[in-house]
Amino acid sequence: MNAKGTVIKYGDNIDTDVIIPARYLNTSLPEELAQHCMEDIDKEFVNKVRPGDIMVGGANFGCGSSREHAPIAIKASGISCVIAESFARIFFRNSLNIGLPIMECPEAAKDIEEGETVSINFDTGVITNESKGRTYQATAFPPFMQDLINSGGLVKYIEEGKM
Amino acid sequence: MGMTMTQKILARAAGQESVKAGDLILARLDLVLGNDITAPVGIREFKRLGLDDVFDKTKIALVPDHFTPNKDIKSAEQAKVVRDFAAEKDILNYFEVGEVGIEHALLPEKGLVVAGDVVIGADSHTCTYGALGAFSTGVGSTDMAAGMATGKAWFKVPEAIKFNLTGKLRPYTSGKDLILHIIGMIGVDGALYKSMEFTGEGMHTLTMDDRFTIANMAIEAGAKNGIFEVDDLTREYMREHSARAFTEFTADADAEYAEVIDIDLSRVPHTVAFPHLPENARTPENWGEVAIDQVVIGSCTNGRLSDLERAAEILKGRRVKKGIRAIIFPATQRIYLEALENGTLKTLVEAGCVISAPTCGPCLGGHMGILAAGERCVSTTNRNFLGRMGHVESEVYLASPEVAAASAVTGRITAPEEVM
Repeated sequence: MNAKGTVIKYGDNIDTDVIIPARYLNTSLPEELAQHCMEDIDKEFVNKVRPGDIMVGGANFGCGSSREHAPIAIKASGISCVIAESFARIFFRNSLNIGLPIMECPEAAKDIEEGETVSINFDTGVITNESKGRTYQATAFPPFMQDLINSGGLVKYIEEGKM
Repeated sequence: MGMTMTQKILARAAGQESVKAGDLILARLDLVLGNDITAPVGIREFKRLGLDDVFDKTKIALVPDHFTPNKDIKSAEQAKVVRDFAAEKDILNYFEVGEVGIEHALLPEKGLVVAGDVVIGADSHTCTYGALGAFSTGVGSTDMAAGMATGKAWFKVPEAIKFNLTGKLRPYTSGKDLILHIIGMIGVDGALYKSMEFTGEGMHTLTMDDRFTIANMAIEAGAKNGIFEVDDLTREYMREHSARAFTEFTADADAEYAEVIDIDLSRVPHTVAFPHLPENARTPENWGEVAIDQVVIGSCTNGRLSDLERAAEILKGRRVKKGIRAIIFPATQRIYLEALENGTLKTLVEAGCVISAPTCGPCLGGHMGILAAGERCVSTTNRNFLGRMGHVESEVYLASPEVAAASAVTGRITAPEEVM
């Protein structure tokens, strides 16, 4: 599986309250949540995001609340993968569980800039910055998590009788 | 190599002799929790599995505490999804308005968590129950769904930071000051993926309410869980609230820690976390003049009886400054009643505070105290992220009940000693 898209970049400690503010948590419909994704730090996000775009963040991406609405909103907005220096642990779990691809790669997260074109090979974990002509190696997932990702999330993993 | 408290609990729950940091395990669960925001998504995912029943209807807790009493039509619909599911699956621990309290104050009070348990909750502050010597951690709704279906969850075994506590907190200083002080020291990702284990002789001087406050905010340092050693106070609390048997785990003498941090409780200062991160911890000399509009005392962090009593001690015979809104949220019905009976609520109302029903309310910008642009709130809650309590241009300052109460009197961020 691969992804390729334009980068939308944010900083450190992007919390789930800014990914999807609680005032919109009176719904859990992905398309409604996507309409308000990132609006407290980037009002333009919903207008500029295109299907396949790649979100890049700094350290501790997704910190705060356990709301699964956060990765759901990002996924429903069309983002194909989130790359960060590090992820907060609940966001990390939630992303794998709902099938939002994420990559932990400090080198890529620091080097990649807004608007650049990036492609990702999920099998090898290689991230290619096509604008700068550079590649980065993301941290590999342990086999169990890779299996979970390949199943398409936790519900399908259970349906396949694996847990 | 020895194991930490958390590792021992996880090893037992995985049916293994031992585990080490980094191992991936499948653990059996003693309790699975969801609220009116996270459970509807969990229920949707659970239904996708096409199962007739949950794994154990006595080991699921559904606590509609966030947007209740229902704040709007959409919230009412979400609460109804939870209520209907609880009725359909005959979930024993569903709490309707009138019984409901803020989940992380309610479950220990109802005796649903004891030492040695493994608990997941679709709420990040599920780590609160570490105060009882349990392993408990926040997860998302899909993990909740999987937990309801299988009674199991996967975990990566964490390494730990050990906090060796000595001494005793000073007057008008409490658990909130300590945890804000710690987060200020290690940062909002200072314990990322790790356990925070609290031990040392100073631990025994902390009240149960203080321990709940401290374990509650482990997530604000990025931790997987916060956990306290079990002592006489913990045993007394569990025997008073629960009929369940508990299992105590202590860390091995040769357990390996990522870091050991010594803290002398007698040197912990009043600490306020300035916007917009809990790590922006400042001590009184660096507070400056911060005029405020609102004070919130409550939440899963600081809405317990002693929190309200500490606030009342400071507000007794004093007045909330004119123009300041001081809103009190007793965390559960029992706390509400006890505070009513012992005169705490009377003191607070006489001082000019308003008392709300138990709800998460304004902590997450839900309802019952939302901020306008430019407004500032001193709050005993747990997060001061951008826009957390309302308008994106409002500000939240995290503080202890003592500092919040003193600030209500003066209308600016104030140390308790100034008004006492």
